[in-house]
Amino acid sequence: MKRRTFLASSSALATSMAAPAVFSPLKAQSRQETLLIVAENTPNMMDIHGVGANRPSYEVSWNTHDRLMTYGVKKDASGQDHYDYSKLEPELATDWNVTPTSATFKLRKDAKFHDGTPITAKDVKWSFDRAVTVGGFPTFQMRAGSLEKPEQFVAVDDHTFRVDFVRADKLTMPDMAVPVPVVMHSELCKKNATATDPWAMEWTKNNLAGGGAYKIERWQPGQEVVYARNDEWKNGPMPKIRRVILRIIPSAGNRRALLERGDADISFDLGSKDFSELKASPKLTIVGTPVENAMQYIGMNVKQKPFDNVKVRQAVAYAIPYQKIQEAVMFGQSIPLYGGADNKAKGTNWPQKHGYNTDIAKAKALLAEAGYANGFETTLSFDLGLAGINEPLTILLQESLGQIGIKATINKIPGANWRAELLKKNMPMITNTFGGWLNYAEYFFYWCYHGQNAVFNTMSYQNPAMDALIDKARFTTGPEYEAAVKGFVDAAFEEVPRIPLFQPLLNVAMQKNVTGYRYWFHRQLDYRQLVKS
Amino acid sequence: MLGQILSRLATAVPSVIGVVIVTFMLTRLLPGDPAAYFAGLAATPQAIAEIRGKLGLDKSLPEQFIVYVGDLLSGNLGTSLSTGQPVVTEIATRLPASAELTLVALIVSAGIAIPLGVLAAVKQGSWIDHLCRVVTTAGVSLPVFFTGLLFAYVFYYLLQIAPAPTGRLDIFVSPPTHITGFYLIDSALTGNGEAFWGSLRQLALPASAMAIFSLAPLARMTRGSMLSVLGSDFIRTARASGLAPRTVVFTYAFRNAVLPVITTLGMVFSFLLGANVLVETVFAWPGIGLYAVNALITSDYAPVQGFVLTMAVLYITLNLIIDVVYGLVDPRVRLDT
Repeated sequence: MKRRTFLASSSALATSMAAPAVFSPLKAQSRQETLLIVAENTPNMMDIHGVGANRPSYEVSWNTHDRLMTYGVKKDASGQDHYDYSKLEPELATDWNVTPTSATFKLRKDAKFHDGTPITAKDVKWSFDRAVTVGGFPTFQMRAGSLEKPEQFVAVDDHTFRVDFVRADKLTMPDMAVPVPVVMHSELCKKNATATDPWAMEWTKNNLAGGGAYKIERWQPGQEVVYARNDEWKNGPMPKIRRVILRIIPSAGNRRALLERGDADISFDLGSKDFSELKASPKLTIVGTPVENAMQYIGMNVKQKPFDNVKVRQAVAYAIPYQKIQEAVMFGQSIPLYGGADNKAKGTNWPQKHGYNTDIAKAKALLAEAGYANGFETTLSFDLGLAGINEPLTILLQESLGQIGIKATINKIPGANWRAELLKKNMPMITNTFGGWLNYAEYFFYWCYHGQNAVFNTMSYQNPAMDALIDKARFTTGPEYEAAVKGFVDAAFEEVPRIPLFQPLLNVAMQKNVTGYRYWFHRQLDYRQLVKS
Repeated sequence: MLGQILSRLATAVPSVIGVVIVTFMLTRLLPGDPAAYFAGLAATPQAIAEIRGKLGLDKSLPEQFIVYVGDLLSGNLGTSLSTGQPVVTEIATRLPASAELTLVALIVSAGIAIPLGVLAAVKQGSWIDHLCRVVTTAGVSLPVFFTGLLFAYVFYYLLQIAPAPTGRLDIFVSPPTHITGFYLIDSALTGNGEAFWGSLRQLALPASAMAIFSLAPLARMTRGSMLSVLGSDFIRTARASGLAPRTVVFTYAFRNAVLPVITTLGMVFSFLLGANVLVETVFAWPGIGLYAVNALITSDYAPVQGFVLTMAVLYITLNLIIDVVYGLVDPRVRLDT
């Protein structure tokens, strides 16, 4: 009774505090023209070339800078807009001419940076030089398309730019339309460069030197980014939305509440549970797109006993509770990668289904054949940064492995430490996720299976025959390419150093009046196509 | 008095030095490799080594420490890698947000708890005493993040009377001109009614959640301390001398009972600064706690060190203030004793 009185009086207090909303008509107007996005993580800089630029920063860079080219659009299986990796379209470059040794780009003549300076080939060259020189992620991504040294980039005249190839690489052209090779205002950057920082890396962290569709109006790290449309933009169709506010809301529950109450327009990168529950909501549009070239998997370290034995790895592949994971961990919101007809590749697409399914009897038999009839002990590690999926997944797996006599201890590794632990390559068994920007099977395999043993080859798997096929696929086309891809996919399924579990979805929820959402390979939101009616 | 305060400050110097050393060592001893973290998804070992060099992490620990202390002396707390901003500016913009929230919560809490405690002690065993017990038990048994989520759910989502939990101000209200960084004060000073009302509305839920949590220690301490004072000889004498009950309770009893309440107030303030982290997460409050937690998750050394240092300085100041207030309230307590 008394408690109730207290609650009643406190809610009365809250009511009185909420009474008159002081809204000017102007505010209501701007609410109409503004898109409010709620997100969990804050961008940490405006420059995608910066040391430690995080994923939300890619989004800032993507919307505020131009690239030479962009990708076209197609409809995916569910009728949603999806970028089209087979189609390169003009952005700053109006057209281009590719020969076996070089590509020559004609630049748009009336394109300007945000401060009104015309964009010239000099700026493009400076920006490309910067990307291949500063080291770290940008340099690395450029190298993936055989863009390696400043000598390759030539400013022929103000509006002609040429890239000389160091080798024939089919990823060179697509790699020039990813978020890294942005065009920056070279004079402005040079003005703010110092002797120790010739590329103005410090300055561009908090200052924009781009010419893209949006300008930054307010930048409060950890709180919000306010964008205003660049009304002088020439490098694509004029965006419909004048203002975009990205507000950081750390609590997932509140992001959902804001959306359901209609206070926020878009929530990007939702968890599976919220996604499956919001799907039923009549007020919202919910889109889940399979993340290209990505998978959650179980990796086993083939350099260590007992996982050096292929039979043990196959036994584990038969002991995984695939269906339970799909239902209890992913709430059905992912594409299963198990239960195919057999372990043969069905095409050059990746990822695709393997032939394993949950079969405890078969797993036991394989384990006995390998000489581990009584099982063994091991540790199963995961990244706490993605505990929402990893934790229930590993618990289900632990239980299932127990049935065939494998005692797995779960080892939770803090997010900050995960990368370092991966690099050491001594964890016997992990669950992890990986996705490649460029949607080619050999691109995935080059990082994850190739004997060069990159950090993402978390199994330390080395197979010269497979390496030969991967290398071949990178530089061929036609039937030869198809045979090579099928060859390495078959080997990956047969040898099974990593067991694909599912292909994740990129989930977005938005109000019914927001349309035009397009899936991008970089998994960030592109504001330029969105429409709010 | 000034001399006493100065000598009190001097004793704080060793603790500050200690804090500097401990935070430096702690952040280095924690597992986690910031270079690997910031090198990004597809980093090669060379890329990580490059970044390690850029961050100065390839130097030996003593060398790193000397660089760190040198920076500290010049007022440079380093740059946060995860937000890309200098730590000093970040803390300067975030501390007022946390302090405003904590102070409002503390004022609300003290405003309810102290009268409640006094009344409960004066009318021991009455309904108000029971109310006091219920409220304090309920408050202390509800973790503050839970109350926060519950409030957001009930008052924002269901009843729709509270504003969206999106931080210090509604998204379409511009912040007031910066004077102190406390939105309530700044908007009052500049006569910006919209911002004042807006920030008051945003403060209501998180501040109440924190206030409920801190009611218990304050109310109980007030009640207990009042009870023991009310039972003492001089109160009996005062009553026997025919003084008005009001004078007895407020002039004689309360003034004597308030000392432990002030101590508790100091402790509760520290509690609340800690509890802030959770409330800040729930209400997207751009405060210092949220900043520190994010930095810790990403092994971002500079903000963690900056946060711990700021907090240490804050506590030392707080203790000093409490000591001074003691002296003012009770002449028997002197700083030099």
